[in-house]
Amino acid sequence: MSEVPAPIAQVSATVLANRRVGAYHQITLDAAEIAVAARPGQFVALAVGGSTSSLLLRRSFSIHRTRPETDGSVEIVVADAGPGTHWITALAPQAQVDMLGPLGRGFPLPASPGAAVLIGGGYGSAPMLWLADVLRGNGIEVHHILGAATADRLFGVDLVAPEDGLIVTTDDGSQGQRGRVTDPLTELLHRTGAATIYACGPMPMLAAVTGVAQAHGATAYVAVEEAMACGIGVCMTCVLPVRGGDGITRMTRSCTDGPIFEGGSVRWEAIANGRVAVPSDALGAPAGTR
Amino acid sequence: MTGVDLTADLGRGVLLPNPVLTASGCAANGKELHRVRDIAELGAFVTKSVKREPQSGRGTPRMAETPSGMLNSIGLQGPGIDAFVTHDLPWLAAVGARAVVSIAGASSQEFAEVAQALVQAPDIAAVAAIEVNISCPNVANRGLVFACDPGSSSEVLRLVAAQVPESIPLFAKLSPDVTDIVSIAAAALEGGAHGLTMINTLLGMHIDIDARRPHLFGGTGGLSGPAIRPVAVRAIWQVHAAMLAGRIPRAPIIGVGGVRTGLDALELTLAGASAVQVGTAIFNDPSAPWRVAHELASWLQSHGVNRYRDLVGAAHES
Repeated sequence: MSEVPAPIAQVSATVLANRRVGAYHQITLDAAEIAVAARPGQFVALAVGGSTSSLLLRRSFSIHRTRPETDGSVEIVVADAGPGTHWITALAPQAQVDMLGPLGRGFPLPASPGAAVLIGGGYGSAPMLWLADVLRGNGIEVHHILGAATADRLFGVDLVAPEDGLIVTTDDGSQGQRGRVTDPLTELLHRTGAATIYACGPMPMLAAVTGVAQAHGATAYVAVEEAMACGIGVCMTCVLPVRGGDGITRMTRSCTDGPIFEGGSVRWEAIANGRVAVPSDALGAPAGTR
Repeated sequence: MTGVDLTADLGRGVLLPNPVLTASGCAANGKELHRVRDIAELGAFVTKSVKREPQSGRGTPRMAETPSGMLNSIGLQGPGIDAFVTHDLPWLAAVGARAVVSIAGASSQEFAEVAQALVQAPDIAAVAAIEVNISCPNVANRGLVFACDPGSSSEVLRLVAAQVPESIPLFAKLSPDVTDIVSIAAAALEGGAHGLTMINTLLGMHIDIDARRPHLFGGTGGLSGPAIRPVAVRAIWQVHAAMLAGRIPRAPIIGVGGVRTGLDALELTLAGASAVQVGTAIFNDPSAPWRVAHELASWLQSHGVNRYRDLVGAAHES
């Protein structure tokens, strides 16, 4: 009972800007209360369509940038992937949107100094540039790998600081190296001696990054993209099987306990084809779990 | 709200300062929502249904968005009653919340054991009422739900009532997925319920067209949200009408189903609810329970209604 979690702000945020960036929309929102409190890796949850909307579930987005010192803004990167995100990407400047934040736990700092590798798959790179600033401020050498299926689905290549390392990969070779983000990772770990990896992107990518990290004795912190309905820990829909410090696997909420997990704690073998099974040894697993 | 008496009467001497509660399974066990607003300001806080043992719940996907609603298939994920009374209930007591504890079980005996462990808790004074979840469609039991059978409903309430002191009212939470909800209400009251919570979710399903399979990991799920509000109004109306006609004993009804605004809460009240729960609307707006209470009070004030209780079932009078 000693732990008192920080309050969550619910604000009616004004849209300051909405810019098309490749396949995505970069949306700037006026939300000073959230901007001052947020840390890299945390996210916001937006309500869709106003107070009488028939789309009830919130859409969650990792925070790309905050500007607490200037205009109090919070920036997110959104892919138009359905009716909810379609409404959000169509928001015009001066429009209002109900926003909750900051939510979840941010990225932890590396346990040891030296270099870190930051990996963003698609718009999973959104929080990585802000994280890079924080790491650099803590004396950490930053190396980015930004990857996507195609060049237009990359985000942030032109935003990487000149002093950071940068490798770009695309599945079709339309920009950077042809292949996956994990292809150059082994060589990069060897070359930089990095012991910490940060990654955000699709689940198969995070599983693969975790595998490479484990093979090199490195720690991977992964930001998961699980479907969330509320963003604040009450709906229990965004769970993943995660092994705790006590060795026990629990169905763990990505929103309140994540969205950052140590990659080695996630039971990746239970996750496949957009479905997550309950491992039979998870706490309270039903008998005969599939 | 000045000048308006919002007191809600749950019976057995239990009065709530206002009639707006959270709905079970839509607000976890309080700590999360307390980061948004003070849950002690609510009429009461209804906890997630707790079973005897820890429950992992189901795999994912666990939810699907539907028009003005959603399907959920969580599988009653929870800590089990021992951890609940050790960790969750003391926290609720410490912040001054009035708790309505929702209990569940796979057998009538399990319901009774959960109730027994609960009433022995050191913080039992924080428990305003117990809600007996006999209707959760997520509890896989060959598709059978207690609340779909009068005999099973009565049996669960009888075994739970035997464990619980008279001062704590028992509310049976009913399923709308029945042919005649009045007969289930009668059975629950006959078994020992002091009141009824209506309604739980409706069983539904969503197919993932691209994958050509059920979207939810659990196959079926419970439909909730504003889409089901007319079903809640109808169920409350039918049961309250049966009480007025003397066909079943009079008992307080806690209305739940699709409440998003103060006017929605008012509608359930006029149909016969003595208090109202806000559930799925919390996912859309975590401030919804407080906002609903405020909107309700504003309406009462602007319409010259001094006492909320005077509107309970008022639509039956004309």
